[in-house]
Amino acid sequence: MNEWASAGDIAKAVTAGETSALTVVQGALARIAERDGPLNAFTTVTAERALAKAHAVDEARAGGEPLGPLAGVPFAVKNLFDIAGLPTLSGSRINRDRAPAQADSPLIQRLEAAGGVLVGALNMGEYAYDFTGENLHDGPSRNPHDTVRMAGGSSGGSGAAVAGGLVPLSLGSDTNGSIRVPASFCGLFGLKPTYGRLSRAGSFPFAASLDHLGPLARSSGDLALAYDAMQGFDPNDPVCSDRPAEPVAPHLQRGAQGLRIAVAGGYFKRGATPEALTALDRVATALGAIDEIEIPQAQRARSAAYVITATEGAALHLDRLRKRARDFDPAVRDRLIAGAIVPAALVVQAQKFRRWYRQAVLTLFEQVDIILAPATPCTAPAIGQQSFVIDGVEMPVRPNIGLYTQPISFIGLPVVAVPVPLSPLPIGVQIIAAPWREDLALRTAYALEQAGVALAPRSALYDWTN
Amino acid sequence: MAETDEDSLEDFIHAGAKALALPLDPAWMPAIKANLEATMSHALSVTYFELADEAEPAPIFRA
Repeated sequence: MNEWASAGDIAKAVTAGETSALTVVQGALARIAERDGPLNAFTTVTAERALAKAHAVDEARAGGEPLGPLAGVPFAVKNLFDIAGLPTLSGSRINRDRAPAQADSPLIQRLEAAGGVLVGALNMGEYAYDFTGENLHDGPSRNPHDTVRMAGGSSGGSGAAVAGGLVPLSLGSDTNGSIRVPASFCGLFGLKPTYGRLSRAGSFPFAASLDHLGPLARSSGDLALAYDAMQGFDPNDPVCSDRPAEPVAPHLQRGAQGLRIAVAGGYFKRGATPEALTALDRVATALGAIDEIEIPQAQRARSAAYVITATEGAALHLDRLRKRARDFDPAVRDRLIAGAIVPAALVVQAQKFRRWYRQAVLTLFEQVDIILAPATPCTAPAIGQQSFVIDGVEMPVRPNIGLYTQPISFIGLPVVAVPVPLSPLPIGVQIIAAPWREDLALRTAYALEQAGVALAPRSALYDWTN
Repeated sequence: MAETDEDSLEDFIHAGAKALALPLDPAWMPAIKANLEATMSHALSVTYFELADEAEPAPIFRA
C-alpha cells in the first residue's frame, strides 16, 4: 500500500489478502519513527499493542472470519481519549499523575471492533482550550505543509498525523472548532457530528454542553467509514442519543444532487481573508449554490458559546485550579480563573439565548439542506504568531481562529470541514447540515471531492513515491 | 465592562477568587483581567438581546 492510501483501500487490500495488516501497521510505525520528530504529532506510540492487534486481524483472515470495514487500518487518537494502561493526559502536565485508564474509550473499541488498529495518542492543546495546536508541556504540533506553521487546535496532533501521512485516520474532539480548525489548517476532511451522536464516554471533557468527538481523514469516504463504525447508543454518556445508527457510507455516491444549498452571508463573510473567501467561492460554484442565507445573531451565538465554554471549563477545573494552579499552562489557567468568577446570571442568559438561536437556525433548514461557511478566517498562521491583519485591521490570532466554527457547534449542528487545496496552504470550508443529517453533509463533501474542488493535498515536504 | 474601572475589576477578581478559594498571584492579574473583560463583554452582549420571560435555558433535564 502506498503511504497516502485511504482507510477504505487499506481495508479492501487487507480483506482481499493483497497485503497484511501487519505490513500496513509496520509501515505506519516506520513513518511515525521517521517523520514525527519535526511534526510532534504523537505523545505516545502504542507499537506493541498495535502489532498484536494487526497480527490478530491477519489471524482472523487466515481463519476465514469476516473482517470489518476498517480491517488493518492504523489510526491514532487525541490524548484525551482513554487508552487502557495510559493516563489520559488531555494535553496537560497535571493529568500525568492520573491512574492509567482501565479500558479504551468506546470509540476506540468500536473502531478496533471494525478492524482498525490503534497506533498511538496524539498531541493537543492543554485541556482542549486552544485553537493553535501549541502545547507548553509537549511542544507544538506542527503543520505538515510548513512546519513553522500551526497545525491548528486543539486537535493539533490529529491533524498533523493524518496530513503528514503517518496514519489515514485520527480522532479528535470539537467543543468550539477543535476538529474543523486543524482540518482547515492541515488540509483534511473533518467531521463534527451532531451533539449527542457519538459517545463521549471514556474521554476527558472540557465544556460538557458543547463537547463532541469525531474523525479526521483524507477523504469523505474515510470519514463515513469511521463515523459508521462509531455510531450507536452508549448509556455511559448521558447525552448520547438512542437514535438507531444511520450508516452513511452506502449513500455517499448520491452526492449533492437535489440538495438545496446556500452560502452563509453577513457575519460569516466579515473578517475573512481573501483565501477563505476564494475557497468558499470555489465550493459554492461547484455546487451551484447562488443563494445567500443569513444565520441570525451569529455573533451573539459565538459570544454565548464563549461564555459557556469559559464557565463550564472553569467548573470542571476548579479543584485543580485550587491545588495545582502553577502546573497549568499559564494561558489556560488565567482564562479558567476568569471563567470561574463570571456571574452565574450571565451564564444562564447565554443558555436561554442558546435555545432561541437553535430554534431560529432550525427554521432556516426548512428552506435549505446545506449551509456553506468558511472554516477558518485564514490559512495556518505561524506558530507563536500573535496577530494577523484582515481588511487592514490588526486582530489577535488566538481568539479569532474560531470565529466561524463557534456559532455552529454552539447548537450541535453536524458539519464536515472540507479542504480546498489553495497554494501554498490549504484552507477549509464548513458544510453544515440540520441535526442528524450527517449524511447530507458527507454526500456534499463527496460531491466536491468528485468535482476535484475538495482535496487533501500532499505536503511538498515529503517524497511520496512510496 | 464599560462602567467598571480597573480597580473595581481587580476588587471583583480578588473577591471572586477568595470566595472560591482560588489562589491568585499578582503576576497573573493582567491576564486574568484581560480574559475576564473579554468574557464579560461577550456575556453582556448576550444580555442585550431581548428574550421572553418564559425563555427556557438550553440544557434539558428529563426526569
